[in-house]
Amino acid sequence: MNWQSALDPHSANARHLADLFWFFTALCAAIWLLVVAALLRAIRHPGLAGEQDPPERQLRKSRIVGALTALTVLILVVFTAASFYTTRSFAWPDMNTLRIKVTGQQWWWQVEYRNHDASQVLTTANEIHIPVGRPVTLELHATDVIHSFWVPDLMGKQDLIPGRTNYLTLQADHAGVYRGQCAEFCGLEHARMAIWVFAQEPSAFEAWRRHALMPNTMPDGGAAAKGAYIFVHRQCASCHAINGSDAAGQTGPDLTHFGARATIAAGTLHNTAANLDRWLADPQAVKPGANMPKVDLSAPDRAALVAFLEGLK
Amino acid sequence: MSSAWARFALLAALLLAGCEREKRVYSGQPATNPAGELYQENAYDVAQGKRLYTWMNCTGCHAHGGGGIGPALMDNRWIYGGKIQQIYRSIRDGRKNGMPAWKNRLTDQQIWQLAAYVRSMGRYVRKDVAPSRDDALNSGKAESRRERSAPLEPGR
Amino acid sequence: MSAPLLDTDLAPAEVSARLEAVWSEPKTLWGWFATVDHKKIGRRYVVTALIFLLLGGLAALVMRAQLGTPDNHLVGPDVYNQLFTMHGSTMMFLFAVPVMETLGVYLVPLMIGTRTVAFPRLNAFSYWVYLFGGAMLWIAFFVNSGPDAGWFSYVPLAGPQYGIGKRSDIWAQMITYTELSGLAVAVNTIVTVFKMRCPGMSIDRIPLFVWAQLVTAFMIVFAMPAVMVSSTMLICDRLVGTHFFNWAEGGDVLLWQHLFWFFGHPEVYFIFLPATGIVSAIIVPFARRKMFGYSVLVLALFATGFLAFGLWVHHMFVTGLPRLGESFFTASSMAVAVPSGMQIFCWIATLWDGRLRFATPLLFVFGFIFNFVAGGLTGVMVASVPIDTQVHDTYFVVAHFHYVLVGGAVFPLLGGIYYWFPKFYGRMLDERMGKWNFWLAMVGFNLAFFPMHILGLMGMPRRIYTYPAEMGWGGMNLASTIGAFLFAASFALLAVNIVRALRRAPGAPANPWDAGSLEWAPASPPPPHNFTFTPVVASREPLWDTPELPVTTGLHADRRETVITSLVEAEPQMCESSPPPSIWPFVAALVISVTLLGSIFTPWALVWGLVPVGITLIGWFWPKGAKEEES
Repeated sequence: MNWQSALDPHSANARHLADLFWFFTALCAAIWLLVVAALLRAIRHPGLAGEQDPPERQLRKSRIVGALTALTVLILVVFTAASFYTTRSFAWPDMNTLRIKVTGQQWWWQVEYRNHDASQVLTTANEIHIPVGRPVTLELHATDVIHSFWVPDLMGKQDLIPGRTNYLTLQADHAGVYRGQCAEFCGLEHARMAIWVFAQEPSAFEAWRRHALMPNTMPDGGAAAKGAYIFVHRQCASCHAINGSDAAGQTGPDLTHFGARATIAAGTLHNTAANLDRWLADPQAVKPGANMPKVDLSAPDRAALVAFLEGLK
Repeated sequence: MSSAWARFALLAALLLAGCEREKRVYSGQPATNPAGELYQENAYDVAQGKRLYTWMNCTGCHAHGGGGIGPALMDNRWIYGGKIQQIYRSIRDGRKNGMPAWKNRLTDQQIWQLAAYVRSMGRYVRKDVAPSRDDALNSGKAESRRERSAPLEPGR
Repeated sequence: MSAPLLDTDLAPAEVSARLEAVWSEPKTLWGWFATVDHKKIGRRYVVTALIFLLLGGLAALVMRAQLGTPDNHLVGPDVYNQLFTMHGSTMMFLFAVPVMETLGVYLVPLMIGTRTVAFPRLNAFSYWVYLFGGAMLWIAFFVNSGPDAGWFSYVPLAGPQYGIGKRSDIWAQMITYTELSGLAVAVNTIVTVFKMRCPGMSIDRIPLFVWAQLVTAFMIVFAMPAVMVSSTMLICDRLVGTHFFNWAEGGDVLLWQHLFWFFGHPEVYFIFLPATGIVSAIIVPFARRKMFGYSVLVLALFATGFLAFGLWVHHMFVTGLPRLGESFFTASSMAVAVPSGMQIFCWIATLWDGRLRFATPLLFVFGFIFNFVAGGLTGVMVASVPIDTQVHDTYFVVAHFHYVLVGGAVFPLLGGIYYWFPKFYGRMLDERMGKWNFWLAMVGFNLAFFPMHILGLMGMPRRIYTYPAEMGWGGMNLASTIGAFLFAASFALLAVNIVRALRRAPGAPANPWDAGSLEWAPASPPPPHNFTFTPVVASREPLWDTPELPVTTGLHADRRETVITSLVEAEPQMCESSPPPSIWPFVAALVISVTLLGSIFTPWALVWGLVPVGITLIGWFWPKGAKEEES
């Protein structure tokens, strides 16, 4: 299981971080072993008579302590320099690459692909698709409280702070799925605020992007059509938008192409029909405190909604 | 001795009031509360109501309580009554001259929360339950700092 | 009025009896509330802090039970968030800092050979304020109003919009109480150490424990105002709608973090430095050897005290501050490891040639070095900006600071409890149970906290109330939970040991460990006046070098009096009278507490509160009609 770990790097940046970590760990472990060995030796060392060291012994001990202190300083200088050079190896944010605006909200992520051409601006939620092999600049915002974006396989974390914009550069080596989650305590459901990064070959990414930009086609019959009607005419559309339908709520995650997403409610549940039904039946039982209310829906209505939402591929 | 007991009871009541004020009930106040009174005694519900007030764009007509296209919500004059049950009904079913019905847009719990928040705009809820200022541009005093409006009266 | 009665006029036994009468306090309810005896207050303080340790520990156990298995439903997010906030706030503000500071309230006057602290009534006042603040926090928790935004209370989560209800106000006001009491103790310690050391205790003879208390007291004076300012700003934002932290109206969210950590990082050293003092105090008698590198250890305390103020930003490495500035704080955070390293080297050098006596206090010192060095080294790792971007706000950091704070402070404290218990209560703790206590603590602690390093690297963030099974964190969390319960069991054993000792153990002699410092000169427990004659010292371990202590005479035997000495050489300068018991500190603490409590709900409480506070202070400072030298 390696899909959220600082020790399982899948990008050049994360590898630099892991290398630095192992370098520190090796040296620190050696130091710790030496100190404990010295302690054990001191414990076993036979005591000397008297309460105070004779002067020549004091001098000898002072020299040893002095030398060890100098060694400590030296090691710390090496550590500081190694940290500094690792930091320098990271690219500065580049505004000419693919830019993705990530907005942290209680307790989900809004993702918006920036583009000068408004028709190419793409909004989704709780997952990010990136092309492999090239840097992607994340523009980090928050609208309510502080969150922190952390996908350890790809990069260290960076806070999302209301009133400020932070940047983080991601670059994946190879295609894969990487999980991350909010790392700054942000209230009730801080534990269930995950984000998934899908690194794809450039062609696959471009295909995904083109598809994601297109509105969903509305079903024209069967349970799914009933579900679409419920979605637009009941509480759902107050908060959620689906491109291609009349639903245009802005406060919850955009649900366009929801059926193609991996998870429900920011990584809380895998996106299956059964899980979606469970989620719709009582979101507060699954993610207590989330802003999605429990809507009174009959089982058939719920089934219709599930059919509709899962069909939004 | 009896006065000591009375003081103790008063203290207990205050602490229990704190308990009610802070409770987080995610799926609506219990069914034993048909009149919705508990919503306006709970800081969490009122705060959720305030979120909904922004999210549902109530400011579009009512501004931050001062009114505009729609009537003011922070004074003591209420066309359809200013009790929480009456406000709840106004939101749920809508009223003529433009107030839409929200019964299919919000859940019952959310409408109660919104109504509880509206009650806090004229500070008809306790001071320690009403919301404090927003992390945004503020147009006036926060609900918790407002003086309580005069007793409710009908008419506009 | 009779002529003043000097101790030179009487036989020593008679002096002792008279001083005991003068310094003892009525054993009535009034006397209980009015006491100004630094030993009673110090003991009360330590016991209260240990009760808060128990409460904070129970909160931790519930959290560990919740995290023991994935997708657990023992407590929901609301309770969990309150629990970890209570745990952190209690451990930092109500347990660790007070227990370390107030071990000094009890021990510093004894160690420097004086009869009381410089400001006994201020001392009493500080205890009551602390007690009321802590009680308020826990009562609030039990009525569902426990703070839930973390012990660091970052805005905007703790701010007016997202910190719903009164929970964060209670946290912020609790800060005011504990800071008030902390500052009072710090001021007391500074003046006591500066001016009340017994004759002959020049600055190169001050016990290392007292040095540690002194440096800590200075740090408190400089650091605590930062958090008082920030918590007051938070209350103002919440209560009267100021905009200090409102980014939309020109405030700044990060301002909170700068102010909080400018205090918060030094705070770690408020806890750690006195603990190093305990370690030094224990090593000398149990190695039966004078400390190697006394001046190095003193300078290390000062160096740590200075550097501690220059590294707060390492708590903010991922907030997007300029990179070069962050590198500066990497360097300063690393630098603080140098004085710590020097301390460790000196301690080991002392142990090396010592004739060790393997009693429980020394075992805890070994445990301290074993655990603390590990925590210090992970501290060096998190000081590195790049590494911190991966481990910040993960369980790696949780592991790190528990190794530093529990390994670095609680282990020495436990050693200190075994060491000084006979002095405090006049009874010996059981050694066999003590050794069990130590090994259980070692095993439990390491089992609880070592796996957290790995969990953090495996991506487990802090402050999450649950996690899905598929993350693969379940096994190590379960191990950690088992370890936490073992660790808790070691404290239960300590409690049993203490209760048993208080009920059955034989009385302790004045100096059961054959130690060399002055606190072991008077009987166990010491009489109300500590020393019948103020001792005169000529070395760092006076009881070893001059078993028959020379003394100062010429003090009054019929009133409370202490010797004031010069700052550097400790040459006697004058006799100073010390105040008798008074109920006013308690009353003052009460009205101030009520005022502060009221100000959670309305700013007018501060205005109306001024009236009773003013009346109380007038009562407290009202001239009593007796001249200073006769009072």
